[in-house]
Amino acid sequence: MIAVENVCKSYGRQIALAPASLAFHAGTTALIGESGSGKSTLLRLMLGLIRPDSGRVVFNAEPLTADNVERVRHAIGYVIQDGGLFPHLTARDNVTLLARFLRRIPSWIDERVNHLADLVRLPPAVLSRHPHQLSGGQKQRVGLMRALMLDPEVLLLDEPLGALDPIVRSELQTELKGIFTHLGKTVILVTHDMNEAAYLASDIVLLRDGRVVQRGALDDLLHHPAEPYVRQFVHAQRSWVAEMP
Amino acid sequence: MKTKVPCLLLLLLASAAFGEATLDIGSKRFTESYILGEILTQTASRANEAKVAHKQGLGNTGILFAALQSGSIDIYPEYSGTIWFELLKKNAAGDLAALNRELAPLGLAAVPLGFDNTYALAMLNARAAQLGVSSISDLARKPELKLGLSQEFLNRKDGWPRLKSTYALPFDPLGLDHGLAYEALDKGKIDVMDIYSTDAKIAKYGLRVLNDDKHFFPAYEALLLYRLDVPGRFPKTWAALQKLKGRISETQMAAMNAEAELEGKPFAAIAVDFLSPGAGHKPAESAGRNFLTLLFAEDFWHLTAEHLLLVFVSLAGAVLLGIPLGICAAHAPALRQPILSVVGVIQTLPSLALLAFLISALGAIGVLPALIALFLYALLPIVRNTYTGLADIAPSLQEAAQSLGLPLLPRLRLIELPLASRAILSGIKTSAVINVGTATIAAFVGAGGYGERIVRGLALNDSATLLAGAIPAAALALMLQGGFELLDRWLIPAGLRERKG
Repeated sequence: MIAVENVCKSYGRQIALAPASLAFHAGTTALIGESGSGKSTLLRLMLGLIRPDSGRVVFNAEPLTADNVERVRHAIGYVIQDGGLFPHLTARDNVTLLARFLRRIPSWIDERVNHLADLVRLPPAVLSRHPHQLSGGQKQRVGLMRALMLDPEVLLLDEPLGALDPIVRSELQTELKGIFTHLGKTVILVTHDMNEAAYLASDIVLLRDGRVVQRGALDDLLHHPAEPYVRQFVHAQRSWVAEMP
Repeated sequence: MKTKVPCLLLLLLASAAFGEATLDIGSKRFTESYILGEILTQTASRANEAKVAHKQGLGNTGILFAALQSGSIDIYPEYSGTIWFELLKKNAAGDLAALNRELAPLGLAAVPLGFDNTYALAMLNARAAQLGVSSISDLARKPELKLGLSQEFLNRKDGWPRLKSTYALPFDPLGLDHGLAYEALDKGKIDVMDIYSTDAKIAKYGLRVLNDDKHFFPAYEALLLYRLDVPGRFPKTWAALQKLKGRISETQMAAMNAEAELEGKPFAAIAVDFLSPGAGHKPAESAGRNFLTLLFAEDFWHLTAEHLLLVFVSLAGAVLLGIPLGICAAHAPALRQPILSVVGVIQTLPSLALLAFLISALGAIGVLPALIALFLYALLPIVRNTYTGLADIAPSLQEAAQSLGLPLLPRLRLIELPLASRAILSGIKTSAVINVGTATIAAFVGAGGYGERIVRGLALNDSATLLAGAIPAAALALMLQGGFELLDRWLIPAGLRERKG
């Protein structure tokens, strides 16, 4: 369980996140909103990459501090838009970097890599390549493997499919849905695409200007909008959503 | 390999601090001083008492005086006028007894060698006759004349400013290298130059030395300036050296200067001929001075080793300190400006000023101050490139590295430094190449290297000797550049290299 309690964050005069309290449990939650709505700020606060001006982040009932931030990060997998792979390392070394640093047994590492490659459907040969030799989809698969390497409790994804072309994107959406269901972890997905949020997440948090506008299932947002903006946001992207069964 | 460098540094420091009983003789960066230095060295060696070292071609006067006072050298040839005006900062000169009274509290004393080498002004004989000029007073009536004076004479206290006011001279002289002034005078580009009365070229160019009718120029009597502890430390050697007192005449000195400058005879050979006349020393060098023989003369490997030592030991120090400083600048925003400004300012210090400061601070000349100066100059490119290399890592990668939960040091070692490796290595390359060039100034403080030839070539106005020092230095810089390209392939991670193409 990961939660933020009354956290707020501003950069100078610009409020990135107004005081917000949100708890996330097993299952997939999508943070959605326009750019600048505060969704990425929320993820970065949970990882301790930035510090809240007030309030706190709680991981399994333990407040996040400078002392436990590294341990907490080991229990959180993080995937970013372009994969965030280190160009000087092969795909395999990217995936296993942290496990090797933590001195996990090599045979365990090999086994885990094979299992994850299978899970994200990455041909094993691709693992010996460097990031610049990988396609966009492959980079994301490797990034996901790296995030899952230590079998974290929580998986954070920041626009993981944002840079992919539509066909690869829809293919990966299908796969991600399967993977999330299979893993049964706490997954928090940042996206600005209502279709993606609706398809992958059962729980949607809509943010605007650093404020939580509404949290609920797709149905709630569609039929019980908390304010006119919810309708406006959903409608702007609804063509496909409306056709959903 | 990595452990060897600090060991070598320690060894150097130790040898500088606890040197064995050596009589160190210094000389300045001009022909006459080189020759006198050789004469002193050979005389001292023949006494068979102490190990004698000739630290030749040191420059300038301030550096030699600091070295003498700190005991880095024990003795060197100097001139009475220079001691009075430049070193003791007096307004008037006195006699030898007065000079020794002034020097005693400094732990120093002087013995005359027998000749005067005073400043004078000179013109081409023919030109002087045509204009009817025979004294400096005559010059004041010819305001159309062009004067070309050496920078030292132009700037020193007892030089041009006082000469100009004493004789009410109307000129605005040109600053010229002494060696070049003869050519300029010969070709009619200038009419008057400053000379030393023992200059080798007075006869060669047919110069008229202008009469100093107001007795402006003080006597510049050649002296042995030595530390008062020398006679006690090396009694036999001192006895031998004292026999040089009053032994060298002005004519003899001018003749020896001419042998060096006009015939290209080595200083050591000139000294041998002076000390053992009739020993039949062959003027072998003057016959055919092939450039290749000059380039690969017997001191070549020795100078190469010295040069490499200077470049690499200082570079190793700069790498060991510069990379951590660059990391601090990148990761500790409060330290960024202080670090970058300090290493930036160091880079702007003139090398001679820095060396003079280091000599008086360390009380030593030679390899140690040269290494420290080179080390300081090598810092900037390494610190700055390490800093920019780290700061330029894409924010998304920095965040990805942080979000993995690696502590700072492993994060640096496993991710950030490899990502910045290309920038860091290119900083080290820049420092190495610059160091090869800067190391040539080490010769000014007796640290050896190719600079020794450059300095000697400048002193003799001998471009072949100068090139025999400059060409290997340039070649070394090119070779280092090439070496680093190879190192690039070996050190920069594959994933970063292939992106180039």
